[in-house]
Amino acid sequence: MPRTLTINGQEISARNDQTILEAARDAHIHIPVLCHLDGLTDVGACRMCLVEVAGSNKLLPACTTRVQEGMEVRTDTQRLRAYRRQIIELLFAERNHVCAVCVANGHCELQNLGIEVGMDHVRYDYIFPKLGVDLSHERFGMDHNRCILCTRCVRACDQLEGAHTIDVMGRGAKSLIIRDMNVPWGESTTCTSCGKCVMACPTGALFKQGSTVAEMVHDAEKLAFLKAARERKVWNV
Amino acid sequence: MTQRIVIDPVTRIEGHAKISIYLDDAGEVSDARFHVVEFRGFEKFCEGRPLGEMAGITARVCGICPVSHLLASAKTGDDIFAVSIPPAAEKLRRLMNLGQIVQSHALSFFHLSSPDLLLGYDSDPAQRNVFGLIARYPDLARGGIRLRQFGQEVIELLGGRKIHPAWAVPGGVREPLTPANRDYLRGRLPEALDTVKRALAFFKRYADEHSDEVAHFGNFPTLFMGLVSKDGGRWEHYDGWLRITDSDGNVLVDGFDPRHYAQILGEAVEPWSYLKSPYYKPLGYPDGAYRVGPLARLNICSGMGTPQADAELAEFRQRGNAHGVVTSSFMYHYARLVEILAALERIALLLDDPDLLSPRVRASGGINKLHGVGVSEAPRGTLFHDYEVDEHGMIRRVNLIIATGQNNIAMNRTVKQIAQHWIHGAAAGIPEGLLNRVEAGIRAFDPCLSCSTHAIGQMPMIVTLIGSDGTVLAEVKRE
Repeated sequence: MPRTLTINGQEISARNDQTILEAARDAHIHIPVLCHLDGLTDVGACRMCLVEVAGSNKLLPACTTRVQEGMEVRTDTQRLRAYRRQIIELLFAERNHVCAVCVANGHCELQNLGIEVGMDHVRYDYIFPKLGVDLSHERFGMDHNRCILCTRCVRACDQLEGAHTIDVMGRGAKSLIIRDMNVPWGESTTCTSCGKCVMACPTGALFKQGSTVAEMVHDAEKLAFLKAARERKVWNV
Repeated sequence: MTQRIVIDPVTRIEGHAKISIYLDDAGEVSDARFHVVEFRGFEKFCEGRPLGEMAGITARVCGICPVSHLLASAKTGDDIFAVSIPPAAEKLRRLMNLGQIVQSHALSFFHLSSPDLLLGYDSDPAQRNVFGLIARYPDLARGGIRLRQFGQEVIELLGGRKIHPAWAVPGGVREPLTPANRDYLRGRLPEALDTVKRALAFFKRYADEHSDEVAHFGNFPTLFMGLVSKDGGRWEHYDGWLRITDSDGNVLVDGFDPRHYAQILGEAVEPWSYLKSPYYKPLGYPDGAYRVGPLARLNICSGMGTPQADAELAEFRQRGNAHGVVTSSFMYHYARLVEILAALERIALLLDDPDLLSPRVRASGGINKLHGVGVSEAPRGTLFHDYEVDEHGMIRRVNLIIATGQNNIAMNRTVKQIAQHWIHGAAAGIPEGLLNRVEAGIRAFDPCLSCSTHAIGQMPMIVTLIGSDGTVLAEVKRE
């Protein structure tokens, strides 16, 4: 049964199992996202896709909220723009992001969002945590300085590859992405070296070994293709 | 009572510096020091980064010569990969380095130093800059600006951007030249050649008419060091053997693999400057003082390797001592112009080489050595990058030896020589034009302090006048 709702005053119809984000995309309405990646389940963690819904005091994440009949959604209000910019600034302040010398410079979703939300400076003190780089894997590397804890790599490893090598350790801003029971990547016994986590990464945190500045392109869209192709069983061998 | 004069900030150089001039009881100059007052710390914060990122990170040492760091770093990566890079990649790297030499030398001569030469050391400081030059000598200023632009275009058309291109990588380069860009650069060459020839004619006339400056702007014997080509010892800018000669033209070191620099070069540290003072170990500090850069490269080489530059080299050496060695630091300007000419001639030759369009420009390799050294000639002199990595390619230790640092001892002697020659009875006050001569002595070296101290900053300078009891009597500041 289709639902009818309005987004930014525009009347649209959506399937009843769709999220606000999916319905908005079908109607070509842009909502910024960061922890969402097509092909992976949503966790509503980054809060970039928060929208205003009439009748609700809370802001709701568009990626995990289902459409309802008569819903009135606003995606681009002054309040939302202020929060989104604040979120991006906090992400930059939380770890050590140096775009100029980053492998993902020019191909980075965090950088693109910084531009989109108009972040001309960061109003918070940088924390400058002392974080490591793991180069122990033969083909890939991980730089925790550039990790925003979106968990896209965790979900790609679990849901698409089925290995569940990657997980999260610790709490809050001190959380860390780990492999197995926190072993160097090169010593993981479960990692299949498929590289899906590297494809899923929105920043330069996961990269191919030997990447130089601005050279790392992630190909995240391949993951959505992979999932869709599996579900539709397009490979009839 | 003795006094100290401080020039702070020193202007029209790359970085932050000040000069102290010490006076004795009679008001005569007893000593002078060139202080570098900025600190950066690249050697420290590169530790823990992956090798692949080093070229991009170290290029950020400087916006004037990012290409020099890029190439030295990429060569260090080649050494750690233990690969020999594709021939096309070496030629492309050479082309970019030549573009770098043209743009940096043009900046030094036309934008920074020619206001002193053309408008005069004693002219109004408010006009004594590139804008004053444009007002008085529009043709020369325009030519110089366009010459620098040409060098920048070589860099941009290869690396995608003028400043900080991340194009040279361990194992080679990312992209070859395109035919359209090659043709464009060819079209720009005649004007660039014409500009440098006019500047050469002007400078030779100027040097003949200003023998006092030539004789007293850092004119003293030192050693000279730089790379020369492996075949024939010719002028070299990218790869070669290290050669050290003295002011009598004797060759002290030749055919030396620059990767073993630590065997022959030591680094002294003085408490009054962040700039280290490298010296030639067998002669000790400070007797082992050597100069690098354009003057040194022209003094040590057997020839330039291109016809027009070779003719200029012969004339250059006629202005030297009985051994054909040019010892005046003032002649760095002259050497810079000869090098621009040589670079333009070599760019013309390279552009005719079909290899530049080859798609095979990058060798792949892994961590095959845990220690690597990359050496090339930056516009200001020999540049050493020296990295130690772990078995995964993580940087463990970095040492950068920068051209300007190697000229540190000579720059100090230069300010002292100029101050002693021109400043007398300073207690009565010093005309600004005399202080500008002291600064100009530093400018002759075209020092890049941002690079050599790995520091942050713009380029102001201070001169302080200090009495024998250590009190500051006068200070001249420029922002």
